[in-house]
Amino acid sequence: MSHDHSLNPETMPQEPEKATLEGKNKFLGLWFFLGGETVLFASLFGTFLALRNSTADGPAGEEIFGLELVFLMTMLLLTSSLTSVYAMYHMKNNDFKKMQLWLGITAFLGIGFLACEIYEFYHYIHEYHFTFRSSAFGSAFYTLVGFHGGHVAFGLSWLIAIMVRNAKRGLNLYNAPKYYTFSLYWHFIDVVWVFIFTVVYLMGKVG
Amino acid sequence: MSIAAAQKKGFGAVIWDYLTTVDHKKIAHLYLFGGGFFFLLGGLEALFIRIQLIKPENDFLSAGLYNEMITMHGTTMIFLAAMPLLLGIMNAIMPLQIGARDVAFPFLNSLGFWLFMFGGVLLNCSWFLGGAPDAGWTAYTPLSTTSPGHGVDFYILGLQISGAGTLMGGINFLVTIVTMRAPGMTYMRMPLFTWTTFVTSVLILFAFPALTVGLFLLMFDRMFGSAFFEVSLGGNAVIWQHLFWIFGHPEVYILILPAFGVFSDIFATFSKKRLFGYTAMVFATILIAFLGFMVWAHHMFTVGLGPVANAIFAIATMAIAVPTGIKIFNWLATMWGGSITINSAMLWSLAFIPSFTIGGMTGVMLASAVADYQYHDSYFVVAHFHYVIVGGVVFGILAALHYWWPKMFGKILNEALGKLSFWLFFIGFHLTFFIQHFLGLMGMPRRYWVFLEDQGLDIGNLVSTIGALLMGVGGLLFVINIIYTSVKGEKAPADPWDGRTLEWAIPSPPPFYNFKQTPLVRGLDPLWIEKTEGKGEMTAAEPLGDIHMPDGSILPFIMSLGFFIAGFGFIYQVDQKAWLVAVFAGMGIALACMLIRSLKDYHGFHITKEELEREAD
Repeated sequence: MSHDHSLNPETMPQEPEKATLEGKNKFLGLWFFLGGETVLFASLFGTFLALRNSTADGPAGEEIFGLELVFLMTMLLLTSSLTSVYAMYHMKNNDFKKMQLWLGITAFLGIGFLACEIYEFYHYIHEYHFTFRSSAFGSAFYTLVGFHGGHVAFGLSWLIAIMVRNAKRGLNLYNAPKYYTFSLYWHFIDVVWVFIFTVVYLMGKVG
Repeated sequence: MSIAAAQKKGFGAVIWDYLTTVDHKKIAHLYLFGGGFFFLLGGLEALFIRIQLIKPENDFLSAGLYNEMITMHGTTMIFLAAMPLLLGIMNAIMPLQIGARDVAFPFLNSLGFWLFMFGGVLLNCSWFLGGAPDAGWTAYTPLSTTSPGHGVDFYILGLQISGAGTLMGGINFLVTIVTMRAPGMTYMRMPLFTWTTFVTSVLILFAFPALTVGLFLLMFDRMFGSAFFEVSLGGNAVIWQHLFWIFGHPEVYILILPAFGVFSDIFATFSKKRLFGYTAMVFATILIAFLGFMVWAHHMFTVGLGPVANAIFAIATMAIAVPTGIKIFNWLATMWGGSITINSAMLWSLAFIPSFTIGGMTGVMLASAVADYQYHDSYFVVAHFHYVIVGGVVFGILAALHYWWPKMFGKILNEALGKLSFWLFFIGFHLTFFIQHFLGLMGMPRRYWVFLEDQGLDIGNLVSTIGALLMGVGGLLFVINIIYTSVKGEKAPADPWDGRTLEWAIPSPPPFYNFKQTPLVRGLDPLWIEKTEGKGEMTAAEPLGDIHMPDGSILPFIMSLGFFIAGFGFIYQVDQKAWLVAVFAGMGIALACMLIRSLKDYHGFHITKEELEREAD
């Protein structure tokens, strides 16, 4: 049996990402994985909440956080989540070019977010001498926000890899689940950021 | 056997086959081999501990080496022996019980095994590289953050790598059970072992990330100068205890629930009766899992969380006795009035009931926070958890091995040797641990490398050590049984025990595609239904057709090797920055493997209908 035929049907099904058993498995597997990730971030949030006032005479969140930059980052990441939804919309309409375009915008916004985060960390370290080793608060801050940033970086590498790999051959039932699971992961990263924005920055600023 | 394996293969080809296999049955062999190896290692460490305690003020081991022994015994037995052995049995049997041809993610399955194996080897490399971890298997801070040398670093990296493998196994089993059940195999028709695999996987999924975070924090503190547990910089040492036990308590249910599933299947088969209270058993399993997440602070009663927290956690802990009690009574009721066969598998199962009940009873005693102030960190606790872990998990693993050995390897384990090893191990077990309750109540603390003469502890410790030696002999006999059986054992038919579930409907050992045609399931104990209705074999749910199978791959092995190399890099970059090369090289290898996996297409292959027809049944 030829794979090209079974994976490239004449008309794409409604949900190409779940049309094969492998696709269904990947879809469900990623959901379970995100369940585990939730516990991972919950543990990091718990640690952060326990240590957020342990500044040991080092800088406190109130003194260093600038909500302007963090607001910009929030907008970048939230928008990138929206653009990935557009991409999935085009996937379901079997419009590969538009899907790649919107995913490209998603990647662009993600890179923007990451650049802001790197600038933010650089700023804290050089302006305030606030580092990973300054205090328990510093350790907890950089670990929580850094784990999120690491997830963004990993997601971007993943996205760019599958975009380049499939650029020439278009959408089929083999790679549709790869795109779709990426979009699920990306939404999750976005949701985590919403909590970071609230718990780390807003609560840090307000008290 | 399958087409590919019909010819005899050379030794190198067999090794290559196992390195690249994605077949759940072969991965099960690997897990059993790896877990079995570490079980012997952990057993040896246990014997060293007991020999040191055979008489007062013994000098068989130095104080430092004793600390390394107890740490490695606990860590090895939990993470590197009990869990992989259970994962191996789940891998071998669960897909067969639901009528599937493989697991949902065969590649991930292989990766999970190799991560576990490399993690375990990394941890044990510490013996030869300046000393093993010595802060106890719980690695409490600040003891673990200040422990000199690299022992604890090996603990951190070894567990981090093997833990990632376990997490993948959990996700894999969950998806397999949700999407790959045969037609008619509804959730409430799944064998109990499949149910407990499912619930255990949920526990793995939600418990292991807490350990991951805990280990990361410990790693950052030890290797990169962060201050999570450093009180002078505002850190808090109790955070480790919370994270560890949020993982650690579900972990003990991760260990015991699969054993419960094993016993449920064995009691039903050898009593020739449907499992009594099937629905209640499923419900009790889920309830135990749920409550398992609510009780972690009962390990921390003496930390000083306050009376309210202690009271809540004490009551939640006692509540777990209710679903567990339901299970005990259901097993008894399953046997009640049944036509019982007593063989090795059944002996281990029968012995489990009183042994585990004693462990459960001391568990309720320990759950009482006020009383726990007396028992805490005494040998009473040691006796308690060995009663549940050995009396429950180890008995369960041995019962499962006797029960499913014919299915996994095509040969029946020798009964005479099996019974002999059972009696030696069973008597040795109670001799070792029963008296430890009293040693604990008389005030003997755990983890001390000597005790003084004439404190009333001499006889008890001597008896305990003699018991441990008996257990050692029993365990050794089991290994001899395996060797004997593989050389001279009788060949097993497809259904040696007059079984009830789907795994007994296919040849022993099964062909690599498991089911030539997916079976149609008509109720609980599907094979038994066909037997009682006179057909004796499963009805196919599909016409004979091509079977799609996944490709093998060496990538999981190389990826795990990458993490292994990076592990050494992380440990030694503290002394010498040049070791960062190993970190980057190792992580580079691992990430490159991920990239290849993502970019290369793996379409698998088909076994054609004609090939299947040619094969003799």
